[in-house]
Amino acid sequence: MKAPGGGNPLEWLEDRLGLEPVLKLVEKKTVPIHRHTIWYYLGGMTLFLFVTQVVTGILLLLYYRPSSDTAYESVQFIMGQVSFGWLVRSIHSWSANLMIGTLFIHMFSVFLTKAYRPPRELTWISGAFLLFLALTFGFSGYLLPWNKVSFFATRVGTQIAGVVPGIGTFLLRFLRGGDDVTGATLTRFYGFHVAILPALTTVFLGVHVWLVQKQGMSLPPGEDERRMKTMKFIPNFLLRDAMGWLLALGLLAALSALFPWELGQKADPFAPAPAGIKPEWYFLFLFQTLKYIPAKVAFIDGDVLGVLVIGAAAALWVFVPFLDRQAARGEKSPAFTAIGWALIVYIVGMTLVGYFT
Amino acid sequence: MTEKLLRTSPGAVAALALVAATAWAQPTPVAAAKVDRVDQCVACHSDLDGRLGDPVKALRQKDDVHGQHGISCANCHGGDPSQETMAAMDPAKGFVAVPKRQDIPRLCGKCHSDAAFMKQFDPAERTDQESEYSTSVHGKRLKQGDQKVAVCTSCHGFHGVKAVKNSTAPVYPLQVAETCGSCHANPGYMQSYGIPTDQLAKWKASVHGEAMLKKQDLSAPTCNDCHGNHGAAPPSVASVANVCGTCHVRQADLFQKSPHAKPFQALGNGACVQCHSNHEIQHPSDEMLGVGKQSVCVDCHFEGTSSYKAAAAMSGGIGGLAAQIRGAGQILQKAANDGMEVSRSQFDLREAENQLINARVLIHSFAPGQVEAAVKPGLEIARKANQAGLVALSDFQFRRKGLAVSLLFIAIAVAAIFLKLRQIERRQTSSS
Repeated sequence: MKAPGGGNPLEWLEDRLGLEPVLKLVEKKTVPIHRHTIWYYLGGMTLFLFVTQVVTGILLLLYYRPSSDTAYESVQFIMGQVSFGWLVRSIHSWSANLMIGTLFIHMFSVFLTKAYRPPRELTWISGAFLLFLALTFGFSGYLLPWNKVSFFATRVGTQIAGVVPGIGTFLLRFLRGGDDVTGATLTRFYGFHVAILPALTTVFLGVHVWLVQKQGMSLPPGEDERRMKTMKFIPNFLLRDAMGWLLALGLLAALSALFPWELGQKADPFAPAPAGIKPEWYFLFLFQTLKYIPAKVAFIDGDVLGVLVIGAAAALWVFVPFLDRQAARGEKSPAFTAIGWALIVYIVGMTLVGYFT
Repeated sequence: MTEKLLRTSPGAVAALALVAATAWAQPTPVAAAKVDRVDQCVACHSDLDGRLGDPVKALRQKDDVHGQHGISCANCHGGDPSQETMAAMDPAKGFVAVPKRQDIPRLCGKCHSDAAFMKQFDPAERTDQESEYSTSVHGKRLKQGDQKVAVCTSCHGFHGVKAVKNSTAPVYPLQVAETCGSCHANPGYMQSYGIPTDQLAKWKASVHGEAMLKKQDLSAPTCNDCHGNHGAAPPSVASVANVCGTCHVRQADLFQKSPHAKPFQALGNGACVQCHSNHEIQHPSDEMLGVGKQSVCVDCHFEGTSSYKAAAAMSGGIGGLAAQIRGAGQILQKAANDGMEVSRSQFDLREAENQLINARVLIHSFAPGQVEAAVKPGLEIARKANQAGLVALSDFQFRRKGLAVSLLFIAIAVAAIFLKLRQIERRQTSSS
C-alpha cells in the first residue's frame, strides 16, 4: 500500500502526526513485577468494560426511544424482536455492573498500595471523578427502561438529592425536570446518559490514561525499584491484559445468555411504590447508611446530616493524596491503610445488610 | 341481649319505665342540643347502674348516632326531660317506658320518615324505610299481630344505635348476614314459620360469602342485596333474574333474551337459581356446562336431543380455549423463567382470556353460534402466544449452544495468546 504521493504510508502519517515520541514512550514502557502486580490489570479491565458499554450503548441507541410512552416498549422490542438485541442489552447492563465492581476494586487497590503518592495526585483525582461519573451513569441508565422498580428507585434517589441544604430543591427539580419523576425526567436522564456523561468521561478518562502512560506504574511503598523485575508493556503486559479481557468477554456472554437482564413491569406513576424498594447494589451501602441515621440528630434532620456527611466523605476521598503526608514523603502510612480496610469492611458489610434485609 | 329481654321479659323491662320516655305519640324531632346540660333523664340516670344506667352510657358513646345528633331519651320515650323529679315520667306527658313492638316502626318513622327533619342531618338520607317495611314480609306479619317478626330495633338495636356506615354496626355489610341469621338461622325461633334455617350457613360457604367474609369485599352481596332490607321479601320466580341482574347485568340480559327465559318462567323455575342455586352459589366452573358428570345441562336435556348437542358444543369450545390458554401460559411462563423476554406475548394472551370470559358470559344466551364467535378469536390469540413461547424456548436453547461455541472460541483465543506470550518471554529470557 502506498501513501498519497507514492511514499510509505507510515512515514506519511508520521510526517503529519509526529507520533514517534508517543510510540517510543509506549515501546519503552515497562511494568514492574512484584506481589501486587495483579492489581495493575484492574484499570485495563475497567477500561475494557467501559468500551464494551460504549459499543453496546451505541447499538441500543438505534432502537431505544426516550419517552415515557415508548421507552419501555422499545426496550421490550429490543429484548424480544431485534436480532441479538437481548444480547446487546444484557451485555450493556452486565458490563455496567461488572465495571462498577472492577472500578471499586481498582480504586481500593490503588488506595492500599498508596499509588496516589506524588506525582500521581492528578491521576487519583481524575480517577475519583471517573468513579462519580460511573455512579451517575448507573443512576441515569437505570431509569431508561422505564420500569416499575427503576421508576420508584429514581423517585427515592432524587428525593435524597432534594435534601442537600441550600440547593436541594433546585437540584431535585433540575434532576426531575419538575416536581415529580415524569417523562421529562426520563428525557433528561437520557440526555445525561448518552451525551453529557460520555463527554465528561471522555475528558477525565483521557487525562487519567494519559497520566498513567506518562508516569508509568506506581510501585507500592517498600518495593525497591532497582532490584525490581519488569516486563515490557508491549507486548507482555498488553497480551496478559488481552487474556483478561477475553475472559471478561466470556463471562459477559455467559451471564447474558444464562441470566438475560430482566425488563420487569412498565412504570406506573399512579401505582403504589412496591414494598422494600432498594437501589442498585452499588448504592446500597449509602442507602443503608441513610437508613441508620436517626430522624433528628441534635438540631439537624437525619437525612440532611447523612447527605452532608456522605458529601464531606466524598470530598475528603478526592483529596486523599494531599491528606496522606506520610505516604507523600515515601513513608508508610498505617492510618490510611486502616482507613482503607475499614471502608472496605463498611461498604461490603452495609451492602450485604442492605441486600439481605 | 336487650332485644332478647324485650322479647322474653317484658315485666322485667318494665322497670325501664323509670328511665325513659316516649314522645312518639307527639314526636318532637329536636334540633341538636347538648344532651347533658338540660336533660334531666340523662342527669338522673347517669348516677344509676345496670339497666337503668346503661341507656345513658350507650347514649354517651361516641358512635351512638342519636347521641351524636342530640337525640335523647325523651325523643323516643316521651315525658318531660326538664323535670328534675319523677314527674318527668308522667304518662300524661306521653311517657312510655317500653314501646310496644307493633308500635316501633311508627315510633322510628316519626323522625326517619320525615324528610324535612332528616335533611338537617344528611340531605341525602332516605326516608322511605317505614313505608318499605310495611311491604315486607316482616311488616305484613307484624300488622297481623305476629310479635316475633323483625322490627327496626331487631336489626339496628335501640340504645346505642350506630350509623349504618359504622363498621361495628349490626347492619354494616360485614355483619348483615349474622344479624339476619340471629333469627333466620335459629331453628327454634323459626320453627313456627316452616322455612329453612340453613341460609346463613349456605351463604357463608358460597362465593358471595367468601368474597364478603374472607376478602372483606363490601360490594359482595349479602342478605339485603337480594332480599331488600326494610322491604325484605324472597324474590319471586319472575324477578330472580332481575335480582341477580343488578350485579350480573350482561348475564341477566342474555338470559332474558334466551330460549330458556319463557319456559323457566312457565315451569316456575327461578331463572339463575335453577343452575347456580341461591344461597350456596359456588364459583361457576366450565364443568357445569356440557354433558359431563358435573353438568347442570343434563338435568333437563337428554342425550340425542339437539339441545344436548348444543351444550356439548359450547362446552367443547370453551374447554378447548381454556386449555389452549393454559398451555400457552405455561410455555410462556417457562420461557420467562429461563429469562426470555415474552412479556408482550403474555400481555397478548390476556386478550384471549378476555375472550374466554366473554364466551363464558355468552353461555347465558344458550346460542352455540354466539359462544363460538367469541371462542374463535381467542383460540387464534392463544395459538400465536403458544407459538411465541415455543420460539422463545427454542431461542433459549440456541443461546446456550451459541454460548458454548463462543466460550470455545474465547478459550482457544486465550490459549493462543498464552502460548504466544510464553514463546515471547522465552525468547526475551534467552536474548537477555
